[in-house]
Amino acid sequence: MVEIIDLYKKFDKNNVLNGINLSIKEGGIFAVLGPNGSGKTTIIKTILGMVIPDRGTLKVFNTNIKNNSAYRHEIDYLPQIANFPSNLKVSELIKMIKDLRGKTDEDQNLISKFKLEPFLNKKLGTLSGGTKQKVNIVLTFMFNSPIIILDEPTTGLDPISLIRLKELIEVEKNKGKTILITSHIMSFVEEVADKIVFILEGKIYFKGSIDELKAKTKQQDFEHAIANILTKNHA
Amino acid sequence: MLKILKYSFFDLMRSSWSYVYFAFYLLLGIVLLFLNNDLSKAVITLMNVIIVLVPLIGTIFGVMYYYNSKEFTELLLAQPLKRSSIFLGQFLGVAISLSMSLIIGLGIPFMAYGLFKSNAIWDFSLLLVVGVFLTFIFSALAFNIALSNENKIKGFGYAILMWLFLAIIYDGLFLMSLILFEDYPLDKVSLIGTMLNPIDLSRTLILLKLDISALLGYTGAVFKQFFGTSFGLITSFIMLTVWVVLPIFRIVFKSKKKDF
Repeated sequence: MVEIIDLYKKFDKNNVLNGINLSIKEGGIFAVLGPNGSGKTTIIKTILGMVIPDRGTLKVFNTNIKNNSAYRHEIDYLPQIANFPSNLKVSELIKMIKDLRGKTDEDQNLISKFKLEPFLNKKLGTLSGGTKQKVNIVLTFMFNSPIIILDEPTTGLDPISLIRLKELIEVEKNKGKTILITSHIMSFVEEVADKIVFILEGKIYFKGSIDELKAKTKQQDFEHAIANILTKNHA
Repeated sequence: MLKILKYSFFDLMRSSWSYVYFAFYLLLGIVLLFLNNDLSKAVITLMNVIIVLVPLIGTIFGVMYYYNSKEFTELLLAQPLKRSSIFLGQFLGVAISLSMSLIIGLGIPFMAYGLFKSNAIWDFSLLLVVGVFLTFIFSALAFNIALSNENKIKGFGYAILMWLFLAIIYDGLFLMSLILFEDYPLDKVSLIGTMLNPIDLSRTLILLKLDISALLGYTGAVFKQFFGTSFGLITSFIMLTVWVVLPIFRIVFKSKKKDF
């Protein structure tokens, strides 16, 4: 579904991606992990076409995404920091995105699921961080696309919304979708992820299941396994 | 692109700045026409205001809108939309809403004055056409500057400098070079020099249409010979169109390569 071949990207003199090769052929939940500044968000943004790579090929459903925009119909994206136009109302924003992407009725379910009804007529600039994130989640999940990309989805969510989000992710996974998640909350990753893609200094250091990672690092639990990679490589 | 244009346009129409801009022109038109009573003088004063102010407002609005809608732009970039339609839609939204403020704001007092029956209708139309051209040119240039500068303060600074250069400094340099090389035949040079600055070009076009070129002396005669003919008029409008099209091309080109 997503194929990344030999991807390079430099910001000024900072090499962020140093030849990434990644192939995701099946459905399931993939957690993209790595220390701060390892290039997680950059990879996600290149898949979305927001960052233009210096070198390399990127294919989504076997079409090269270079100078292409239609393929984004197949992707739902939850950005890391929910920056919305502050003078729009929540309902107007939802209406606008529906107008741009196509019809859906899923938004009503999601709005009631995350209890957003009281906020529909409030301007986005006045909402709290957590509420903005819920709006963000509604916008992402209201279209039924085969690929879902979530960049730090748990930011600012209260425990009940977090449970709802996990349920939502589970439901989408069972539909056979491919879900890419980045997160720094290891317990969340361990709970939801099927496979781990670990990025270090702009390269893929490890790809496989959590058990394989534990075996490779000879650690009992997941958090220590991750910490083990980091200390070994930054010692 | 039309959807983006629609959203940008309505977004701007809701902002109070469009109304301030509109009200300013309304007031200016009323004051000049009804308190002055001399139509040709009113048109000349209007020209002077339009030629300096329209580029300034276009520049500031263009830069401000680009930086202010950054979040909106990022949201749109993740949607299945072409980059060129996102940025052209936003640019056209700014340029069209500013042009509308200008046309309606000046149009209402002129209509109330009974302009349709007078001969000044053509001078007035030319004024509006030039104003619309200048709005498009300078908001496109502003978008270019904003696209090339991540830093807001820098972007604003460059945009204001660009306006200052084209509206004021260019004239000064131009005049000084004319004085410095006065021993040489300068008709062609000064014609080309005028063509290369959209503000100068607009001013010359209107002045000559108003038939006050006699005030300009010898250069005026040369200019009249050129701009007064239909060839000159067409060439000038082609030049103004080039001034719109080139920055738009660069918006499309630059936006395709930018990282967000």
